[in-house]
Amino acid sequence: MFSSRKLSLLLGIAAAAGAFASAAEPGHFGYGKTATPAEIAGWDIDARGDDGLGLPPGKGTVERGTEVFADQCAACHGTFGEGEGRFPKLVGGAGTLKNDRPELTVGSYWPFAPTLFDYINRAMPMPAPHTLSADDVYALTAYILNLNDLVPSEFVADRDSLPKVKMPNRDHFIWTDPRPDTTSKPCMNACADPASVKIMSTAEGNGLTPRTTGPLDTMQPK
Amino acid sequence: MSVLPKPAGVSAQQLGRRSFLGLGAALTGGLALGLKPGNAAEPVPAFPPADPPWSQALGPGVVDRPYGRPADFEAGVIRRNVPWLTAGTQSSISFSPLQDLHGIITPNGLFFERHHAGRPDIDPDQHRLMIHGLVERPLILTMKDIVRFPQVTRIHFIECPANGGMEWRASQINSLQFNHGMISCAEWTGVRLSTLLEEVGIKKEAKWVLVEGADGAHMNRSLPLDKCLDDCLVVYAQNGEALRPEQGYPLRLVVPGWEGNVNIKWLRRIKLGDKPWYSREETSKYTDLMPDGTSRGFTWLIDAKSVITFPCPEKPLAGPSLYEIRGLAWTGNGKVKRVDVSTDGGVNWQTARLHEPVLSKALTKFTLPWQWDGQPALLQSRVIDETGYVQPTIADLRKQRGSNSVYHNNSIQTWQVKPDGSVFDVQLA
Repeated sequence: MFSSRKLSLLLGIAAAAGAFASAAEPGHFGYGKTATPAEIAGWDIDARGDDGLGLPPGKGTVERGTEVFADQCAACHGTFGEGEGRFPKLVGGAGTLKNDRPELTVGSYWPFAPTLFDYINRAMPMPAPHTLSADDVYALTAYILNLNDLVPSEFVADRDSLPKVKMPNRDHFIWTDPRPDTTSKPCMNACADPASVKIMSTAEGNGLTPRTTGPLDTMQPK
Repeated sequence: MSVLPKPAGVSAQQLGRRSFLGLGAALTGGLALGLKPGNAAEPVPAFPPADPPWSQALGPGVVDRPYGRPADFEAGVIRRNVPWLTAGTQSSISFSPLQDLHGIITPNGLFFERHHAGRPDIDPDQHRLMIHGLVERPLILTMKDIVRFPQVTRIHFIECPANGGMEWRASQINSLQFNHGMISCAEWTGVRLSTLLEEVGIKKEAKWVLVEGADGAHMNRSLPLDKCLDDCLVVYAQNGEALRPEQGYPLRLVVPGWEGNVNIKWLRRIKLGDKPWYSREETSKYTDLMPDGTSRGFTWLIDAKSVITFPCPEKPLAGPSLYEIRGLAWTGNGKVKRVDVSTDGGVNWQTARLHEPVLSKALTKFTLPWQWDGQPALLQSRVIDETGYVQPTIADLRKQRGSNSVYHNNSIQTWQVKPDGSVFDVQLA
């Protein structure tokens, strides 16, 4: 079959390919450095939604949250979380999820309270994200939950209390994708009565199509 | 584009050296003059029998533009946003100008954008990727470390699942760019995520992976470990050059075939865990609200979709003639198997030609010759992917999902062609 020279050549190639193509053993390449506990702690900011794993020490009251919110959040979200302009509303919408125009807010839609801490902590306030103390983030979380009537005004948010807050929409998520949920068939000829082909809506003339997005834009409007 | 006449009093060389802004003004002036025959400054034709001025001049030399750029005449081929859609531009989207693109690869400067806290400008020497959690040995990698790992190159699309999201209720926007431009496709180069995870050693309890960006949003999503080990890539290059800042420079995740939001840009942290994190971006956003009030979560897959890119509202027809209908198709399930085109609103269909290469989880180009007789027409395309899945109509989708689910509208687009050749975005019964 193979000459011994050919065989050893093939084995050599296979060994070389194996050495570079797969890292079956940890540390195979040995690049980089081991992350120290201090380095990990600086970046390990996630708090898990359903059980609060990773929530940091600290605590915050609704009252303190009122102050922090006015200072850091109200400009965009409104004093009581009602939202300014197109910035998100944080309150309201309870019972609207089946409506024609549902209102998705922390109170009406979010399934898990620790997610609120996690999101404020990582992404807010928008001009200076991840600059608030854990205590202030807990306080904001308490305030927003209170605005939605989900916790009483004496509520203190911390790593123990937040996972216990039952959000109204918690049990209405299906976490397994049911798609494909359509079963169209690729018909080729006479697939419909031509008389039944009717235009139900058109974008013509409704004035919603942007015409220009800046001085360089030569897009011609229709 | 037809050859533009030379504006009076401006030499070709002067024109070529003008700034975009100055050029725009010059062109507008030139075109306006062109519309007024008899004007003293009427431009001289630059086509046969005339020898044009650029053929009788010496052009700028090499490295006149050390990093090249498109012709000044292509200044209108740009990303655009919908100002009324979002509160500001920092947490917003821009759309690729599909009407002006001709292939399956999106030029780097035209790749659609989705930022949640604006675009960070990251010093690659300061960038780190940390991998920790349920691993044998937590690791910090520099960009120089990452580039040393075995390289892979793949062509994949990325589509925001909100592409077409403005059209769930009805036709709203008369535009290919705004209704479909949140998809782009590039050749990505980097290292398999599985290589990095095997390098740190995966503990057997690990089932999920948190991926997080270095932007101000610290954007984070949860991914099942199986997908990470299957085909995910940690990439530093896009179409052969370093990633653009808008696409995650210096490092991003590519999750082939899955919704854009999980393709974390500016990737800085990967953490292995035993459960998903249920972050804001996978609970309050990127979930699909159904008519019964329940919501679907973790709907990552991009279902098969196609769209005709010519003709379209931005590129109308110029009178009855033989045309080539052109379009793009894609599927997160793998390869496009077939694309059919209808010119009568879905009554009769013809199979279009697919253009090579037909790659898995990449844009695929299709064309079909069409003799337009000047009569009203309703153009549609319908893709069938290698799993046999058939692109649905908007009516089919609404039957299943109502019209409040925002994401994953992969329905058939209908373009209405009027006798004057103009094209409008419509929806059929």
